[in-house]
Amino acid sequence: MIPELGHFALILALMLALAQSVLPLWGAQARDARLMESGPPLALAQMVAVGAAFAALLWAFVTNDTTVSNVVANSHSAKPMIFKLSGAWGNHEGSMVLWVLVLALCSAAVAGFGRDLPSALRARVLAVLGMISTGFLLFILATSNPFDRVWPPPLDGQGLNPLLQDIGLALHPPLLYLGYVGYAVTFAFAVAALIEGRVDAAWGRWVRPWSLAAWSFLTLGIGLGSWWAYYELGWGGYWFWDPVENASLLPWLAGTALLHSAVVVEKREALKIWTVLLALLAFALSLLGTFLVRSGVLNSVHAFASDPARGVFILVLLGIYIAGAFALFAFRAPAMAPQGVFAPVSREGGIVLNNLLLCSLCAVVLVGTLYPLFLDLLAGRMISVGPPFFNLATLPLALPLAMAMAAGPLLAWKRAALWPVIQRLWWAAALALLAFLLAMFLAGAPVMPALGFAIGLWLIAGAATDILDRSGLGRTGIGNALRRAGGLPRAAWGAAIAHAGVGVTVLGIAGMGMATEKLIALTPGASTEFAGYEWRLEGVRDFQGANYTARRATVTVLRDGRTVQVMEPSKRFFPIGRTTTTETAIRTNGLRDLYAVLGEERDGADGRREAVLRLHYNLLAPFLWIGSLIMALGGGLSLTDRRMRVAAPARRAAAQGAPA
Amino acid sequence: MTRKRRRLYVLLLCGLGIGSAAALTLTAFQDNLVFFRSPSDIAAERPPEGRAFRLGGLVEAGSVERHGAYDGRPAIRFRVTDGQHTVPVVFTGVLPDLFREGQGVVTQGILGTDGVFRAREVLARHDETYMPPEVADALKRAGHWDPAQGAPPPAAEWNTARPRS
Repeated sequence: MIPELGHFALILALMLALAQSVLPLWGAQARDARLMESGPPLALAQMVAVGAAFAALLWAFVTNDTTVSNVVANSHSAKPMIFKLSGAWGNHEGSMVLWVLVLALCSAAVAGFGRDLPSALRARVLAVLGMISTGFLLFILATSNPFDRVWPPPLDGQGLNPLLQDIGLALHPPLLYLGYVGYAVTFAFAVAALIEGRVDAAWGRWVRPWSLAAWSFLTLGIGLGSWWAYYELGWGGYWFWDPVENASLLPWLAGTALLHSAVVVEKREALKIWTVLLALLAFALSLLGTFLVRSGVLNSVHAFASDPARGVFILVLLGIYIAGAFALFAFRAPAMAPQGVFAPVSREGGIVLNNLLLCSLCAVVLVGTLYPLFLDLLAGRMISVGPPFFNLATLPLALPLAMAMAAGPLLAWKRAALWPVIQRLWWAAALALLAFLLAMFLAGAPVMPALGFAIGLWLIAGAATDILDRSGLGRTGIGNALRRAGGLPRAAWGAAIAHAGVGVTVLGIAGMGMATEKLIALTPGASTEFAGYEWRLEGVRDFQGANYTARRATVTVLRDGRTVQVMEPSKRFFPIGRTTTTETAIRTNGLRDLYAVLGEERDGADGRREAVLRLHYNLLAPFLWIGSLIMALGGGLSLTDRRMRVAAPARRAAAQGAPA
Repeated sequence: MTRKRRRLYVLLLCGLGIGSAAALTLTAFQDNLVFFRSPSDIAAERPPEGRAFRLGGLVEAGSVERHGAYDGRPAIRFRVTDGQHTVPVVFTGVLPDLFREGQGVVTQGILGTDGVFRAREVLARHDETYMPPEVADALKRAGHWDPAQGAPPPAAEWNTARPRS
């Protein structure tokens, strides 16, 4: 009964979404206030309907209702409750319902918090969001109904993939979707602005918090996914330039560009057309990401079940939304005259450079990701594009980006001089140079990691300079400077913190560039020297877990005869589902990770049993994820800025926009 | 600065950005495209010396040897087959959990002059019912599976499958 109610709620949501995509838009075009006012209640009703459908799906998973085929395929009564819940969105159908739910929540937020928006703009934004929602609800109902029943119902479900029973993976999709769908809102604002034919500072002020929130969630989602790959897959790496990883990186790159150019629209009313284009691009790439992941056209670590019908459907949706939006763009963009004029050397100029480099990076990653697909289609040759390509092609673009990143925030708006900025950054440059020389000649690092250390410090020092400079340290007393630092707008702190977070992540990447690994077969009691430690295999024993059996190795890590760590890498065998997983042992002290993986056991040369171990010494690995956390925190802090909440400028715009 | 002048600057910058991105992509492509080859492809045409590629097929049943060393590291040897030809592979590393005899595998590495494929990576990251598209294609070309006769047979049966012709 409950699954049918869920199915019904989805159909109801589709009807509401259809109404939401037509009525407010019609109202806005015909200047009918009553029709325009229908948007918010429709959005709220749609949220309730999709919420009910999602609740019904959760209920089916919690009660392990084996008459629902989705539950049979993806759940099992022996799963812990938290993973039963996360199993609801860990599969294709459920994740699409989550996608639509997040979209409905965002629409409701626009409807609820957007009272100060010009009513025509709000009506158009809600209508565009309704169109997106309509497409995805149709997709769910036509190709991936999560409430399909099976008859006769099996005794229990089959879904107990141990790889997916993980807290990191339970949180990863919702965070990514919050990011993807956040860009649906900026897309809707961009399309609404194109229909209206006007982009102004108030528009920038509305787009910015959404792009900021989407960016923060996407950053967290990508960081979490990378962390999961690091500890769960046991390959010792954190980023594999896998198509599915790239699919989340592409909207992030476009979204980062959008985040910066939206500031220019808001403050200076320049770069308007460009910002609208970026908003369209960010969502186009989010949809492309959904298509790549859900259609299975590209080979990847994420072995999602692939279904051509679904891929075609999403491709059609992608085509309609993107082609429609770009056609509208081509038609309307020339009408939007720029107002703010700026010199090449200025904050705006810096942001243009940032946008150019980020978009070039995005283009390079896009080409590398899609090239195998096109070559297969056009020439029938099967190839793959791996990390060497991406490293080689992205580095020359990422380097100038990082160099300019520290200087950009120090430039004045409209017209700036380069020399004073260089003067203020000399200590950061000296620090970076020192780090480079120390890493090269004292620690014996190769050139690239040494350069990475230098750039990481350059970014952190640059962010610190920005804050110190604004607080007037050196020009006034320390007490006064502290007071001023406390009184700085939160957006300034947020930007500096996010930039420093990038620096921390770059330090982590540089450290991982010096990571070492050793593969060794050891008999129990034997030990090996690696990375300055003595690693001794004490033995390999059987272990009985809750729903698995395991072979667990005990490795003692010693330095100068003293025990530093005891590590227990293991291999688990799950009898239900007959799968084996590798459990990595990771011990961190914040500055480096000791990482051990148990391979197979085999007969050694002298006939004794030996175990193959892969040992990693990962310098600064935790910085990778701490950095992305700091970036997201910076974004969150920026969101709480007074400017984002004060509605006065928006009201002014509302007064202007009312007769539109 | 006039509007015309500014537009020129912006266009120049855009051109520079796009141009350098294209140049970077092309140079990086030149050396870093990894081609997929089946054992039959290798038998038909020897791949260029020292160039990494992907070798895919089925792990020949009974061919996996888990002892001995290669290059001072503990090694695993197995053969990859597409039903017509086989290529011996040596791999130093920890095999993925889903590596099994008789199942699809994709490995990346370099073919030695002795005809042994030195795998740097073994990718068997999929569930037991999943067949990597490249492997399915290689088997199709080797005559193990005729798409006209329906979906591919379950992966577990492929190790005993014989060419139809």
